[in-house]
Amino acid sequence: MPNQPETPNQDCLSVPARGAILRLRVRNHFGVMTHVCSLFSRRAFNLDAIICLPIADGAESAVLLMVNENQRLDQLIRQLAKLEDVLQVNRAPEFRSAFESVAQCFTRE
Amino acid sequence: MKLTGAELIIRLLELNRITTVAGIPGGANLPLYDALGASSIRHVLTRHEQGAGFVAQGMARASGRPAVCLGTSGPGATNLLTAIADAKLDSIPIVAITGQVPRAMIGTDAFQEIDTYGLTIPITKHNFLVRSARDLLEVIPDALRIASSGRPGPVVVDVPKDVQTEAVEVDHLPAPVRPNPPPRMEASEIGRAAKLINDSKRPLLLVGAGVIAAEASAKLLGLVERASIPTAATLLALGALPHNHLLFLGMVGMHAARFTNLLLDECDLLIGLGVRFDDRATGKAAEFCPRAKILHIDIDPSELGKIKEPALGITADVGEALSALEPLIESDPRTEWIRHMRGLRERYPLMVPGTDDPLRPYGIIRHAAALLPEDAIITSDVGQHQMWVAQAFPFTRPRQWLTSGGLGTMGFGMPAAIGAALAAPNRVVACFSGDGSLLMNLQELATAAEQQVTVKIILLNNSHLGLVRQQQHLFYGRRYCASRFEAQTDFVAIARGFGIPAVDLCEARDPLAALEQAIRRPGPGLVNVPIAPEENVYPMVPPGGANRDMIGGDFDDAKPA
Repeated sequence: MPNQPETPNQDCLSVPARGAILRLRVRNHFGVMTHVCSLFSRRAFNLDAIICLPIADGAESAVLLMVNENQRLDQLIRQLAKLEDVLQVNRAPEFRSAFESVAQCFTRE
Repeated sequence: MKLTGAELIIRLLELNRITTVAGIPGGANLPLYDALGASSIRHVLTRHEQGAGFVAQGMARASGRPAVCLGTSGPGATNLLTAIADAKLDSIPIVAITGQVPRAMIGTDAFQEIDTYGLTIPITKHNFLVRSARDLLEVIPDALRIASSGRPGPVVVDVPKDVQTEAVEVDHLPAPVRPNPPPRMEASEIGRAAKLINDSKRPLLLVGAGVIAAEASAKLLGLVERASIPTAATLLALGALPHNHLLFLGMVGMHAARFTNLLLDECDLLIGLGVRFDDRATGKAAEFCPRAKILHIDIDPSELGKIKEPALGITADVGEALSALEPLIESDPRTEWIRHMRGLRERYPLMVPGTDDPLRPYGIIRHAAALLPEDAIITSDVGQHQMWVAQAFPFTRPRQWLTSGGLGTMGFGMPAAIGAALAAPNRVVACFSGDGSLLMNLQELATAAEQQVTVKIILLNNSHLGLVRQQQHLFYGRRYCASRFEAQTDFVAIARGFGIPAVDLCEARDPLAALEQAIRRPGPGLVNVPIAPEENVYPMVPPGGANRDMIGGDFDDAKPA
């Protein structure tokens, strides 16, 4: 990240150190984000942050989710994997920095 | 060839051997009905879309094949929701095709516009909003494939009106759909499962709807007999083993026989086949089978470890797993364990008082069972009558018993019976119902009369929401709030008003002769059976309690059958 300041801007939001990062590959079409988000809400599971970008010429999307790490997370991952439009889901702690970069876009009120 | 989207849908359904659909036309699906009218598919016009959803469920549950229902946009779609949700909870393959306002009007709050896609996300296995007629070439086969593959479930296909009228050039139609192959099993896991079973002194099988969906009853019987394993069933799996098999324990859970729940407490290995450890089956989950290791086999990997952590969980089609297990299972009479089971059964049997009296719950069920043909299909609504039937009806084969388990939807029984009769036109279908349940989809009596299906409604009429009253009696200090119907409904007159022959057993000079006559007569019929509101379903595990803590059904208040 060329423009990333060396020390995080104190006015920016901070990313919680705890929590799990999930990486999804999904079919990029109408409604897929609703399918993913609604799965979390209807199972009363908190979804802290979402980053989503189209990939593969827009046929697919890559999604990063930051979620609570708890004993029900494995169940949520299995439920995610069952969604017809979710092609792949795995834990991806190495992408925590993506959320830290995004945090730079948001300042404290 | 040039086809409209509507014609394409109908052609694809025909190609996939969909011969009967249920539904109601309206503004946004009229193009589809126009194409349907010109096709070979039989349409069953219901009087409410929820009825159409349950007719489709009845067809799917009786046949094991996906079934289709239709509704228009807006209220047509919202009326379908309960039947779709019911299919989701019980893993039933139905495809609901709904009309939607034209594409350009989506998002404008147009007349009869509702976000069907958004509404059905949480209650479907998958859903589609079709964006062009060409997409239907993939969407309709995908919908049927998804509904019937793996763990079955409902799929919604929402089709805007102008997609139905859009013409597309089609070179050839896709081949008929085949379900996805089941997940691959690891041979080592099957080996470990066999070792768990062979090493167990006190194994117990708990079978669920997955055994029915996998058509695995014969293989199940092989395992049960070879390894001498007592077997209990969930509500939906009744019929997976014949009721009178010496190793069959009947239904598990909230209204199980005492000996069944007590034996579950003592097993050292619980083999869960195609079950999801529903709370009505397990009672307080932490205290379910406290001494047992759990071997859990299910086609849906998200069920393994969801409620109970298994010692070994295997993702597999139950039928394939049983086939793979068969050569590895040692023949074992398990004499001590079986003797213990027999002892418990003798000391704590299922109490079924009043079987000789056709005006008492167990009596009407047993008498009807004796009069119904061997191959009759049985549906129920939801409530006390459902539990009495589950306890006392002599089920002998899979797909004989169709009931709403997971969602517990009152109003399910009669339209589902119509669907079953359409799928199996040479059989008698008996629908046990209650007066509360029957009133929830009463309008489908018109459908039954119109189709002249052989559906016999046996109405256990206590002028109450009986299971609500029972809970108020047991757990709310006998404060009966809103569980009694003050106005008496004349169901015999109502049925006749719909053109359906009906009889009141209370008024019949010979109730048994009247019952027999009603069952023998072709076409639909209703038998009103007044029963006392004080009749309760026992035993009963208090909601949230452990299965061993059962109320009633003891020698104190009943005599053995």
